[in-house]
Amino acid sequence: MIHPIPPGTRDVLPDEMRELRRLRAALIEVFEARGYGEVATPAIEYDEVMARGDGRAARSAYRFFDESGELLALRSDMTVPIARLVASRYAASEPPHRLCYLASAYRAVRPQRGQMRELVQAGVELIGAPAPEGTVEVIEVLEAALDAAGLERAVIGLGDADLYRQLLEEFGVEGDAADAVLASLATHDLVGIEENLLQAGIASEQAETCVALTQLRGGKEILEQARGLGGAAVERATARLSETYEGLERRGAADRVQIDLGLLRDLGYYSGAILEVYDPALGHVLGGGGRYDGLMQRFGVDLPAAGFALYLDRVHTAQMEESRRGGGDR
Amino acid sequence: MSGFAASRARSDGPLKLAVPRGALFAETLDVLDAAGIDTSELRGDSRSLIFETSGMTLVTMRPSDVPTYVEVGAADIGITGKDVLLEQSDRIVYELLDLGFGRCRMVLAARTGNDRLGEAQRRLGMMRIATKYPRIAERYFESTGRQIELIEVKGSVELAPLVGLGDGIVDLVATGRTLEENGLEVREEIVECTARFVANRVAHKLRSAEIDELTTKLREASGGGE
Repeated sequence: MIHPIPPGTRDVLPDEMRELRRLRAALIEVFEARGYGEVATPAIEYDEVMARGDGRAARSAYRFFDESGELLALRSDMTVPIARLVASRYAASEPPHRLCYLASAYRAVRPQRGQMRELVQAGVELIGAPAPEGTVEVIEVLEAALDAAGLERAVIGLGDADLYRQLLEEFGVEGDAADAVLASLATHDLVGIEENLLQAGIASEQAETCVALTQLRGGKEILEQARGLGGAAVERATARLSETYEGLERRGAADRVQIDLGLLRDLGYYSGAILEVYDPALGHVLGGGGRYDGLMQRFGVDLPAAGFALYLDRVHTAQMEESRRGGGDR
Repeated sequence: MSGFAASRARSDGPLKLAVPRGALFAETLDVLDAAGIDTSELRGDSRSLIFETSGMTLVTMRPSDVPTYVEVGAADIGITGKDVLLEQSDRIVYELLDLGFGRCRMVLAARTGNDRLGEAQRRLGMMRIATKYPRIAERYFESTGRQIELIEVKGSVELAPLVGLGDGIVDLVATGRTLEENGLEVREEIVECTARFVANRVAHKLRSAEIDELTTKLREASGGGE
């Protein structure tokens, strides 16, 4: 007799669990070795806490009342609960705080698309270390985690969350018009970006600049190309990126980092550097992260912060694809 | 930079391009030829679905399957109609280029000289709309503040209003001949659609040089996307 479970959730059986356990252990070992202590937080938070982190994109999809009428929420990511934890439990201790986690988060799904309602994330948060050093450290931990997972071919995309917001301001595009452009940017609809920009009344030359920027991805040389396209917003973003990239170079950690001016993440709390992780064996993004220098302030502690999260199941899938590929080559 | 280039040079075999069969097929092959990709094998009467040519793998499929293959990376890049992309707007693919061909219009149509559509809206507050594009239709009527009852059909949608299934239809129109022959006329134009060049999100990042080069060639081949 079959007893169904909700779409977007799944059971894990022993063979898979054994592999997942090895992967979990390898990741936590990397995090702990670099001074990131593991924490756990409740899966249920007050809705007010989750909403404080991000009123829009990361708002929990599952909210309900408890027996005394309080509005509770299933957490939609781990960054916001950890921000709450640091503000509450580490108020008296000296930053930076290095924390890591391996935990489930809960998201809304679109029906019949194989999306997960419950997904396991493995990640770190570095709270109290500013850019660029803090960003460099987080990227180094991410690289070590990817190595530990056997994903030597994985690539980290490094972009800037503030670039387009500031560029649009510079162009005088605001309000709904700016949101429309940012939405087409987020989905990387280049045809739409250009249409939306022209509709917002900016010159076609500026629209072309904006589209050309989104296509710049590669090594350090693309920062030069970006500066060639001009503008104060581009100047500021490339300066931030180049600081981070040079920091990585000094630590010998820049080889697998691809600077990407087309990157845009959908969580509202990001500022400055943003990250995405890819593996050639998989068509999906393995994880992401970045700086969220304004988030802690919403919890009453003004500390710069950065972190990343990997989707454990996708890392596991990539692991299998990579090992299959390795087997095929022989 | 050198280390970077070396690490980026990894590739997993030839780029896989999803080619739409059907209405866009002939013009897709023409634009690929113009971009230097030999499509002679696809033009024969081969029953094969996969072709190796000019250092690429061309995979032929229904246009509406292209976003599915490209989203998961089963194809790195593809060509399909904007109508398909709009209907499947929840699929995450990067839309890189308007190829300009395959131009047609998504329209609201109803029986010629017949006010059933208007009457349904006035007296019943609701139009019954038959379509193969439920999401586009839903979004369009929602954005214009009108209520509809959506009837999804798979085959010739022109049939629906003729036999009383729905007051009007939302459908793709190229020349308008099919509508005319069935006693239907265009009432409203919803959006103009052309063929688009799309890419998988990860392939766009990890195989940037190859994809950018092909984008440039396709832009030139399609006349700058105009």
